[in-house]
Amino acid sequence: MLKKLVLSLVLLIWAAPIYAVQPSEVLKDPALESRAREISKVLRCPVCQGENIDDSNAAVSKDLRLLVRERLQAGDTDTQVIDYVTDRYGEYVLFEPEKTGANLLLWYLGPGALLLALIGGFFYVRSRRNASEGPASPALSSDEEARLKELMAD
Amino acid sequence: MINELGHFALILALGVALVQATVPLVGAHKGWRGWMAVGDPAAIAQFLLLVVSFAALTHAFVVSDFSLKLVWANSHTDKPMLYKVTGVWGNHEGSMLLWVLILALFGAAAAFFGGALPPRLRARVLSIQAWIGVAFLAFIIFTSNPFTRLTEAPFNGEGMNPLLQDPGLAFHPPFLYLGYVGLSMAFSFAVAALLEGRVDATWARWVRPWTLAAWVFLTIGIALGSWWAYYELGWGGFWFWDPVENASFMPWLLAAALLHSAIVVEKRESLKSWTILLSIMAFGFSLIGTFIVRSGVITSVHSFASDPSRGIFILGILAFFVGGALTLFAFRAGSMQAKGVFSMVSRETALVVNNILLAVAALVVFVGTIWPLVAEMFFGRKLSVGAPFFDQAFTPFMIILALVLPIGAMMPWKRARLGRTVRRLVPAFVLALAIGGLAWSLETGNSLMALIATFLGSWLVLGSATELWTRAAGSPARLRRLPRADWGKATAHSGLGITFIGIGLLLAGSVEDIRVAQLGQPFTVDGYEITLQKVEAVQGPNYTSTTGTMVVKQDGKLIATMHPEKRIYPVQRMPTTEAAIHTTFLRDIYLVIGDPQQDGGYAVRTYIKPFADWIWAGAIIMALGGLLSLSDRRYRVAAGARKTSTAPTHATPAE
Repeated sequence: MLKKLVLSLVLLIWAAPIYAVQPSEVLKDPALESRAREISKVLRCPVCQGENIDDSNAAVSKDLRLLVRERLQAGDTDTQVIDYVTDRYGEYVLFEPEKTGANLLLWYLGPGALLLALIGGFFYVRSRRNASEGPASPALSSDEEARLKELMAD
Repeated sequence: MINELGHFALILALGVALVQATVPLVGAHKGWRGWMAVGDPAAIAQFLLLVVSFAALTHAFVVSDFSLKLVWANSHTDKPMLYKVTGVWGNHEGSMLLWVLILALFGAAAAFFGGALPPRLRARVLSIQAWIGVAFLAFIIFTSNPFTRLTEAPFNGEGMNPLLQDPGLAFHPPFLYLGYVGLSMAFSFAVAALLEGRVDATWARWVRPWTLAAWVFLTIGIALGSWWAYYELGWGGFWFWDPVENASFMPWLLAAALLHSAIVVEKRESLKSWTILLSIMAFGFSLIGTFIVRSGVITSVHSFASDPSRGIFILGILAFFVGGALTLFAFRAGSMQAKGVFSMVSRETALVVNNILLAVAALVVFVGTIWPLVAEMFFGRKLSVGAPFFDQAFTPFMIILALVLPIGAMMPWKRARLGRTVRRLVPAFVLALAIGGLAWSLETGNSLMALIATFLGSWLVLGSATELWTRAAGSPARLRRLPRADWGKATAHSGLGITFIGIGLLLAGSVEDIRVAQLGQPFTVDGYEITLQKVEAVQGPNYTSTTGTMVVKQDGKLIATMHPEKRIYPVQRMPTTEAAIHTTFLRDIYLVIGDPQQDGGYAVRTYIKPFADWIWAGAIIMALGGLLSLSDRRYRVAAGARKTSTAPTHATPAE
């Protein structure tokens, strides 16, 4: 039942498309507008599947886009605007996760893993440099010898 | 009747797969030749049965047999024939059937071409391949049966998601699956090698073509998907770091790492256990990708199946295969003796660096993709990880990779002199810097991104050219006689460079214009004079369209007449945008028509996207390089002749 309701809601939203950024939303001041666009790209549409509010067709995204522009016109800095939105909608709407708490693990895992891998790689390469060269051609395994005998017998 | 035949063939295939999974494995363990030999006919029989099953399902879609639940839910009589056929895999059940069909295809190919493989290894490979088949056939039959009937056949079907009714997306899944599933061969070979307890150059020579083929298919599949997103979603983005995209990107990165590390095993008998581990993980990530897409656990734009029972089943399959293989690896990895000795500065070291960069980059993508899940489960935070994170965390790896690639690719095996290699590359480096500087000064706003991307891309292309020229010792006649593997390598690396240039210049120089266009009143975007001449309603086969006619002029000269569309699919009550794109070598003009406005005119979005098509052209060139390499004499010889591990490892013609 709930599923059907959600589905019909989704259909309703789809059936009455409101295309991403509308001409009427665009601010007169190009500098302010381009800041608004940049901010819109890091804010996630709360009801869509992985779209930012700049690309999204949902009504709530339109409201958010207007809100962002309103705050910018009121003189907020970019950070203030983003904080304003996250205070109301939660960190879910942030596409760029905050560098706080457990998220530090997310942010520093890449560089950390690279460092570890480079250290490991260094020691591996050093060990190969000092290793002695193995026999030029590997010895035959028992079943290969059996196969060889079989071929020779043919 | 035909449906029941298809259903029956599917169940029979499971039976055959069970035999193939057990008998040759026991035979290989006990050394019973007869039991080992069961693998070949079983693999071919399993494949043929699945062909019958798949053909039956395709037949049901073609004739619109709505007594099948799947056809009813995903098809419609008005749908064009092309999309009736591609509709077979445009849904969960059908796409899983395609998955196992391709899996069986690879198994049958191994049986067919595997004549030169030692019988014990072949038996083990086929049996592992069949284990994967058993798991997924059981998954299909018990949770996602495509042949479920409806008691009363409805008059017409529900239709198919209009976004999927598109040539780009129609062929995206088969290529992707050929790639995903192709990596199962590397996995089967890896597990078989662990059971055997040995890995040598011959093994690598067998694994590498399969991996290369899988990587080529993945490259094409990903490029098709990205191209589709670009023209169909209506805002000209080409990559969204969506979980489903990441699901295909991670195996691609690992496959790229694997096909490089397998070279080291093949030529130098080093990096053996690492290569085995990569083979396991590359296929593991294919399974993770299947899990992410099929379970809908991380909801995203693409996900069209969100039934948790299926997710848990696939998770079980994933845990069994990856967990089992890793356990085996833990016990057996120690027995893989490395042989090759090399110095700190050598091709081997360069390939180790390549593998580190690709593997850590894949790890970053993986963690970014599952982080929302982890954060919610363990830290109680509901958050999102999107493009801004990946742009920052992933891009540095690609920059370092591109910087070191031409140098590493030129280094000789065993022992190299850095100074000598670098000296040869100085002209390429200087020229690349100059091209980067040119892009920087031409691009409005002097974007640093344009500079870096163009420099790196040109560096890759020119570095590859330098390498070929050096190999041929500056003689055009020898250049033609170079092995195809060399040409393939240079082509693939150049393709990467071209993609770099495309991405950098597109992101740096894209121009966007959003406005209300009045009929007949021209407006100017980036030097182009654009006029919306008329808007009319057009009836398509299963949609109605609002089609605009727009004329683009530059300096008074007509450049193009374009027709952006907005379609409504009445069966699904869903609109789609069909952007009109005019492509030339240096830029795309991209037009989207929106809704009529209250006070006349239409909302219109115009984008000028410089170098957009270079992104996919580069990907296709990469794939072409892979194909060239695949056609190298070395592999044809390896596939045809009876070569066992007695072949000396140094006698490789490519060097």
